[in-house]
Amino acid sequence: MMGGFAFDVAHTLAGLLVLASLTMLYQNRLVALINVLAAQSVILSASVAWQAHLQDAPDLFITAAIALGFKAVFIPWALRRIVVRLGLHREIETVVGIGPTMLAGMGLIALSMEVMLPVTSQVDPVARQDIALALSVVLIGLLVMVTRRNAVSQVVGFLSIDNGISLAATGARGMPLVVEISVAFSVLVAFIVIGIFLFRIRERFDTVDSGALDAFRGDRR
Amino acid sequence: MIGIDGVLIVPLLAAALLASQTDYRRSARINVAASGLAFLAAVSLLFHRPLPGRFFLIDDLNVVFIVLGTFVGTTTSIFSASYIGHELETGRLTPGYLRFYHAMFQVMMFGMNLALVANDIGVMWVAVELATLSTVMMVGIYRTHAALEAAWKYFILGSVGIALALFGTILVYLAARPEVGEGLRAMEWTVLVRHAHGFDPALLNVAFVFLLLGYGTKVGLAPMHAWLPDAHAEGPTPISAVLSGLLLNVALYALLRFKMLLAACPGAIAPGPLMIALGLLSLIFAAFMLYRRRDIKRLFAYSSIEHMGIIVFSFGMAGPLGNFAGLLQMTMHSLTKSAIFFSVGHVAQVKGTQRIAEIGGLTESHPLLGWGLLAGVAAIAGLPPFGVFTSEFLIVSSTFARQPLLAVALVFGLLLAFGALLLRVTQVAFGPPRGPVGPVQASYVPMFAHLALVLIAGIWLPGPLVAWFRHVAALLG
Repeated sequence: MMGGFAFDVAHTLAGLLVLASLTMLYQNRLVALINVLAAQSVILSASVAWQAHLQDAPDLFITAAIALGFKAVFIPWALRRIVVRLGLHREIETVVGIGPTMLAGMGLIALSMEVMLPVTSQVDPVARQDIALALSVVLIGLLVMVTRRNAVSQVVGFLSIDNGISLAATGARGMPLVVEISVAFSVLVAFIVIGIFLFRIRERFDTVDSGALDAFRGDRR
Repeated sequence: MIGIDGVLIVPLLAAALLASQTDYRRSARINVAASGLAFLAAVSLLFHRPLPGRFFLIDDLNVVFIVLGTFVGTTTSIFSASYIGHELETGRLTPGYLRFYHAMFQVMMFGMNLALVANDIGVMWVAVELATLSTVMMVGIYRTHAALEAAWKYFILGSVGIALALFGTILVYLAARPEVGEGLRAMEWTVLVRHAHGFDPALLNVAFVFLLLGYGTKVGLAPMHAWLPDAHAEGPTPISAVLSGLLLNVALYALLRFKMLLAACPGAIAPGPLMIALGLLSLIFAAFMLYRRRDIKRLFAYSSIEHMGIIVFSFGMAGPLGNFAGLLQMTMHSLTKSAIFFSVGHVAQVKGTQRIAEIGGLTESHPLLGWGLLAGVAAIAGLPPFGVFTSEFLIVSSTFARQPLLAVALVFGLLLAFGALLLRVTQVAFGPPRGPVGPVQASYVPMFAHLALVLIAGIWLPGPLVAWFRHVAALLG
């Protein structure tokens, strides 16, 4: 069943996920960043569905559906709403320039290949590639989080970390609790987006100016 | 099964009940009663231990954590009952938020207990996430700028930590799969440890690095500690007490379990050096940071980082003595640090501030609080005759015997921290009283109960306890 074609499709989808992560690194507008996240989640959903088909594990289709409905549609929609409603700066302030960030991103991909491929020689080829590429997605997600100051882009970075982990979890053949964990993660994300960010801040400050939050972050350090 | 059911179902039922209660006095009492019941259930596990099942596992290691955790949970709920009324009076919290607070307290207890009794690395991960989420909600409960910022930081760093831990968990599963087979069994602790000798060591090594970074973030190890001081300083003080006394321990427990897994796999790296390095870094870094603190809760938060550093260092040194000292230090730290926070909570309430510069002469204006705080700080700084002295002495002397150079660094960090703590505590405890000197409605029982236990442990450790810890230390390898 693990023929060349099955492997190629799985590998391509995983590679596309990494590509989407790299694309995130050079977005300098919030809405564009959110769109890339949505695209990445669609790719993830396809990848998970393909794994469900390969592994003959119907419950993984639930994970794929969650990825599509929640991460590709609902969360991007909610984030876009937040950007509009709260009148956030549309431009993203990056801490480091785009060039060095891209170089760092490529370095991280090389690093994760270098770390994961040698140690996974006993693992089947699909899972092996998935784990290595998933680590790249996780690390680039971290990079997105540390190079952006804005809270919405931090959420986007976190979600892309989540996408990477879903890729790893579904690639690990027969791993139990994947569906439960993806649900738990979705709850976590929903908490971030709705709970802290939207309600608390809106309730507390009559004028919802993200500049106030930025300023506060600055002098607190 | 009564014990396990007790520590899990009681908090869950209590959380549901508390969510529907409007009278805060009754909620506080229910909170105390539920925590006490969970503690009794935990104690029953000492005497009647169920066999490890598919989902739950009780062994000598986690019983220590469960009993300690539910005990600190109970005393904290008593402290919280006297603390929270004041917050309502001053209008920092509304009744609605108080209801939420009590329910979340029990959800957190449930999460921590589940993480401790789970026999499945996936369930444990979910439980740690649940405990984290509930504390995030409570840290942000005052909804001030600072509290929201602290909650956000805690949330983001905690989530990243938990994501890395999950990646590590997946790798452990991948390592286990060829040996154990697919499915749930490949995530059970008991099965994993039994088969660990056949796992791919290289994969396990990489997994441990992720787990150390992931759960290490929750332990508060430098350089992943940034969330800890803010979360301690800006949330309600009972939460600071459980964060230091409980949550850090739960994350530590997860690390210890995975360390046991590595120890059972012959080809894997020794986790010791990694843990020693992170532990020493946390200790020395936190010791330096202690000098620059102006906020009293932040001060003790950094002291928690310092102590977690010492504990992780000690477990990293391993061997029967290292593990024994680590366990003892962890127990003593939990008890002492929560006692300090009990005292600090009331101090901050009566003075209306957390700034050290605006607090002074406590021994004169509020003798019980002042001397209690002083005793707590003396204990945490490692002065005899308190229990922390015993454990730190053990750690230092055993390190001197094996790695003199490391011991020098260790002693340097300990002395630095000692100086900083003493400097600050004399500032708030002695001299002419500064700030408001009004009466304080405090319950002193939890604080002095903890301090008494720490004092007794320092003078005389009961034989059965020593035997128990020795056994667990041998288990940890």
